Amino acid sequence: MDIKSAAIFFDILYPEIFLLAVGMFILVVGNVFKNRTLLAYLSLAGLVGALVLTFQQWNAPQSGFYGMVQIDNFSIFFNVIFLSAGIIATLMARDYLRAHGIERFEFYPLILFATVGMMIMASSADLIVIFLGLEIMSIPLYVMAGFFRNDPNSNESSVKYFIMGAFATAFLLYGIALIYGAAGTTDLRRIMTDLGYLVSHSGLFLYSGALLVLIGFGFKVAAVPFHMWVPDVYQGAPTPVTAYFSVAPKAAGFAAILRIFIYGLGGLNELSVIFWILAILTMSVGNLMAIFQTNIKRMLAYSSIAHAGYIMVALSVGGDGAVSASAFYLLAYTFFNLGGFAIVTLINSRSGSTAAIDEMKGMSVRHPFLAALLALFMFALAGFPPTAGFFGKFYLFSEAVKAGYIWLTVIAVMNSFVSVYYYLRVVVVAYFGKADEEFAPVSFKPAIWLVLVITAAGTLILGLLPQFGLQLAQMCMFSFK
Amino acid sequence: MIVPIEHYLILSALLFAIGAGGVIISRNLIIIFMSIELMLNAANLSIIAFSLMHNLMDGHVLVFIVMTVAAAEAAVGLAIIIMVYRKRDTINADKFNLMKR
Repeated sequence: MDIKSAAIFFDILYPEIFLLAVGMFILVVGNVFKNRTLLAYLSLAGLVGALVLTFQQWNAPQSGFYGMVQIDNFSIFFNVIFLSAGIIATLMARDYLRAHGIERFEFYPLILFATVGMMIMASSADLIVIFLGLEIMSIPLYVMAGFFRNDPNSNESSVKYFIMGAFATAFLLYGIALIYGAAGTTDLRRIMTDLGYLVSHSGLFLYSGALLVLIGFGFKVAAVPFHMWVPDVYQGAPTPVTAYFSVAPKAAGFAAILRIFIYGLGGLNELSVIFWILAILTMSVGNLMAIFQTNIKRMLAYSSIAHAGYIMVALSVGGDGAVSASAFYLLAYTFFNLGGFAIVTLINSRSGSTAAIDEMKGMSVRHPFLAALLALFMFALAGFPPTAGFFGKFYLFSEAVKAGYIWLTVIAVMNSFVSVYYYLRVVVVAYFGKADEEFAPVSFKPAIWLVLVITAAGTLILGLLPQFGLQLAQMCMFSFK
Repeated sequence: MIVPIEHYLILSALLFAIGAGGVIISRNLIIIFMSIELMLNAANLSIIAFSLMHNLMDGHVLVFIVMTVAAAEAAVGLAIIIMVYRKRDTINADKFNLMKR
């Protein structure tokens, strides 16, 4: 334990503390102050401020709270993903909530608090702090899923998310209890140091604990066979919330999985078989089920399951290369998936919309630019070359090839081909679908333009200049070894 | 110590299994929720038992953290269940299938 970690050191958590303070402030002020727009801007300012504070920590690894919190490039990379997703979701949410008449100010602090939880998950190197971060993240998300209080679908989504989330939490906690029993500590760094001794003396507890923890996070990142809740929750929740669900909690879950299974328990090589099986199941089920969907939110839900499977491919390889490949993929995925959802949000903001894929018919005639962006994001999701999706998948799969997982890579690539079918179907409907009635125009607001510009720029920049993002991702490492 | 550590662990594993079975079998949201609480408390019991076994105090602190988290989760969860009950007049989990078409 170095000197810096042997104390509390609040300064390493300034971004999180700042976000919490802004969230609390909005909660207090929101009751007396009725200007919702200003509150939305305030919460955006909080997220951007936290992003600036996070950038200042880059390349200066610090540890504090007796080693429970580790701020290294790994945590900062993921914190940037969470904060970007929070900013984009807030921008998307304001007009959507207003269009549906549910613009309540509590929405913005909920996003802030969930983001704080994710940042704690990515920054902690102690199982119990990861658990705490997971709960700080999940509880606001349960509420956000049910934000349409008068819509039965949204209620149902909230209940399902809550029950499955709490169920997963119980597995995670029992796993943590078993690992604590095996190691006598929840500190991942000490577990990593003593791993060889622990395996020989209390291997049963350690392995069963690791499996239960994996089940817990499997629910959170929507890995098959723990994915049953995903389609219903994603379909019922308000669309900007779905967008946020599909990116941020998934990235947070993967951050925790990487921290636990590659940093702390990295020496348990037998676990890579489990990740191998999970990867194949997750990719195949996600892609095959997505083919049959007629609702675009449901289709993107299955597609997000499939993308979790692609990242699991790298996880079964393990090592530093897997960390940077998954980090790069999650960053790229944040941009193109949120971009796709931004267009769904626009379509879904029109009155009477149920987000069926057929609602895209005639889009290219009325809004050619929007249809072009839709095509860009769908190509990126499918993994076509000039976009970020291609390079993200390329790095993930090349890690697997380098480690000799040829069959896994072959199955992953075949899955990518399957996914092309259902992503392109959306584009085909938008361009060539014969509309029975005129495509009702969508109302563009400046905020959604900003979202589309950010996400399209991210998708193209990471696709055309991948070396820049890859350099950052290769610096995204655990510092305290 | 009079009671050996294995007894605590077996009891905790049984409680966890009963809880998990309850979540899967039961159709009433409140009972599902109570089963989840049972699972969390099973984990608490084994944390305390391991804490005794290792002769460490930090397990006791972990249990307090978990209890706080479970209370926060219960507050939000019960609110969600009440919201659904008001809208649908039922808390039978089988009735929540609007989107499975």
